[in-house]
Amino acid sequence: MGLLGKGETMSEYILELNGITKIFPGVKALDNVQFKLKKGEIHALMGENGAGKSTFIKVITGVHQPESGEILINGQKVVFKDPKDAYKMSIAAIYQHGTAYQHLSVTENIFMGHEKIKKSGLINWKQMHKEAKALLTRLGSNIDPTSIMGNLTVAEQQIVEIAKAISTNAQIIIMDEPTAALSKRECEELYRITEQLRDEGCSIIFISHRFEDMYRLASRVTVFRDAQYIGTWNVDEISNEVLISKMVGREISTIYPKKKVEKGEEILRVEGLSKVGYYKDISFTLHKGEILALTGLVGAGRTEVCQGIFGIAPPDEGNIYLEGKKISIKEPLDALKQGIGYLPEDRQKQGLILDWSLCNNVTLSTLEKFTKNTVINRKQERNRAKELLEKVATKAVSVFDKASSLSGGNQQKVIVAKILNSDLKVIILDEPTKGVDVGAKAQIYEIMSDLAAQGFGIIMISSEMPEVLGMADTIAVMREGRISKIFTDAGSVTQEQILEAAMNI
Amino acid sequence: MEKVKKLVLSNIREISLILVIIILSIFVQYRSGGKFITVENISDLMTETAILAILSAGMMVVIITAGIDLSIGSVMALAGMVGTTVLKYNKSMPSVVIILIAMVIGTICGLINGTLVAKLKILPIIATLGMMNVFRGITYLISNGKWVMQADMTPQFMGIATGKLFGINNLVVMAMIIYGIAYIFMNYTRTGRKIYAVGNSEESARVSGIKTDKTIRLAYTIMGLVAGFAGILYVCKFAVAQGETAVGYEMNVIAACVLGGVSVSGGTGRVPGVLLGALLLGILNNAMPLIKISSFWQEAIRGLIILLSIIANSLIQRNVQAKALRRRNI
Repeated sequence: MGLLGKGETMSEYILELNGITKIFPGVKALDNVQFKLKKGEIHALMGENGAGKSTFIKVITGVHQPESGEILINGQKVVFKDPKDAYKMSIAAIYQHGTAYQHLSVTENIFMGHEKIKKSGLINWKQMHKEAKALLTRLGSNIDPTSIMGNLTVAEQQIVEIAKAISTNAQIIIMDEPTAALSKRECEELYRITEQLRDEGCSIIFISHRFEDMYRLASRVTVFRDAQYIGTWNVDEISNEVLISKMVGREISTIYPKKKVEKGEEILRVEGLSKVGYYKDISFTLHKGEILALTGLVGAGRTEVCQGIFGIAPPDEGNIYLEGKKISIKEPLDALKQGIGYLPEDRQKQGLILDWSLCNNVTLSTLEKFTKNTVINRKQERNRAKELLEKVATKAVSVFDKASSLSGGNQQKVIVAKILNSDLKVIILDEPTKGVDVGAKAQIYEIMSDLAAQGFGIIMISSEMPEVLGMADTIAVMREGRISKIFTDAGSVTQEQILEAAMNI
Repeated sequence: MEKVKKLVLSNIREISLILVIIILSIFVQYRSGGKFITVENISDLMTETAILAILSAGMMVVIITAGIDLSIGSVMALAGMVGTTVLKYNKSMPSVVIILIAMVIGTICGLINGTLVAKLKILPIIATLGMMNVFRGITYLISNGKWVMQADMTPQFMGIATGKLFGINNLVVMAMIIYGIAYIFMNYTRTGRKIYAVGNSEESARVSGIKTDKTIRLAYTIMGLVAGFAGILYVCKFAVAQGETAVGYEMNVIAACVLGGVSVSGGTGRVPGVLLGALLLGILNNAMPLIKISSFWQEAIRGLIILLSIIANSLIQRNVQAKALRRRNI
């Protein structure tokens, strides 16, 4: 092979990443990952939640700098110090949750950062509107460039984002779950535009959980799992089953402290819960001593359902029965009074008052227990808080410590202690081990298992497959706002079955 | 030693205020040739500061919920005007009833503010700015632009502001009682705790089962009640009720709260601090004429001292936060 041959292999890939490793404090977000994007192809990138796709995109777009590994563009090694460097190399990303400026016009969004300037130094609005219109027309859209971004539909906003990408002459376009919030017809529109971009010579990385997207658009697919590169295949040479097994094919090594508990009588039943734009027709039954895992991909509506049951954002339709009796929940206070507790996913924003002592945090929902003649008995309050915190084994210095001084795992345990002081029958745990260190994780599993053994009904929202399989008695899988499958015998379920139910195949 | 250090650190705001007050007092005493610390002047100072202090206690509650009430000057004028107008035409009416009428008026005003903020979700600064004008306008309407003069008031009523209990001016006694109530309310009742919770994190509070909108509305209602009460004391003390009563007074009250360590972003602020803040402001008002600072300078100096105190406070706060973070990293 002479020089020419080498040149040919160099130009085959417009983008090439090798041995990329990215470490965040305590976590390897990407572990020796590789990826090759051919010129003019649409390349699907798939994997479960937390597989590392998002971090990977951020490496390509220069948001994150990898600890090791190399990035080649047209065979030339490049280093991205910040997003501007990637932008200069004609790389653009379109994110699922638009990074758009909602209060500005379409034109302003398209030209943000590269405005057309007149000789006088002022912005040339006329030309910008004209060019915006031309770009949108080229994409086959009739969006008015003067309309305000926030008034457009999600699909229209995406088209604007695409227009923005091509306005910068992007050659490599990354789309992060663009179809997640689109209707069938809007998807078709997006497919058409994506194919048009490819035909015009762009190379596209398309991230999606929908198999339909992949079959429709992509010629090749790459799978990541647990921050690692698993492989790349031609789409027409790989089956659904094989692909799913590639995505989940891990061995479950952790031992979960799940106690065997006899399922008791029905404690909570929801029927036909619906909330416009979030979830539809949610029905399931929870029994005493049962751990029900509500799983699915991020954005499937799991948190929204639980926040609906707890009254943070009540559902539009549907009924909730507690111990066979229909109950009405309009706000969290109602849920707590009925005996339903909720451990929020966002513990800093919804679970704790960071500036407060542990004592005050633990007793906030249950102040009436320490109040006599409208006056709080602070000593009693303190002693009870101490007792509860010891129960969940929080290694805090004292009950007077501020919640903000604790680690994520310990903060989580403080919220558990807070919940335990209410007289509950049902406990909803929203991603209870997210961002929690291994030791605290094990303790939280232990507590969960104990609570089930004491006869509480537990709903656990979780995206972590091993945790779901290791802790749950029943697994309800959500997909795009609906429950797609309920496995009543969690012991005999495989990871593949769950992922199949969670993804749109 | 460790305990003392902790005590000092957790009360740093109050301690630094006390220090500032002491240093200022010594300085003024020296410069005024001993005219400052006399029984008569201290008594004067306290009487002059009482109404400001009472209002600051109410304002503290609102600011802790991360709100603000700009309408209190107008509420004071309205409550004072209604109360004294009733008195003008019913000279035999007991003063207690007049005070109660003013308090009811204030409470209604507060309830309106609270409803606008908590239920209709209008930004506090906008809602109370609007109501400030509305309440002021109503005051002019019902008074027809006329004043209620000293001659229209009864001696019994006038005696509220000038009378004494155990040798202490009534206004000062009332302020002391109100601060006692405020202290217990904010520190030892569920509602007080909930007010702090809402101000710190409305979302956490709601998820914890607190009716956040009711709590916020209550805070404005309390402020209204206090403003109504302070309004009748104000017109009583100055022996005149007019359309311009207490114009701009809300700014003094907010300043006293901020001086006292109430964070405008909500969630923090303590009763003793606010009392000290009001006191410091009162001392400044009393002392500057004593040491013959030109009245042109007085306003500017007051403003400078407020700014300096806030800068010092935010520096202390940042320092404490940095220390907390350092501890977490260990």
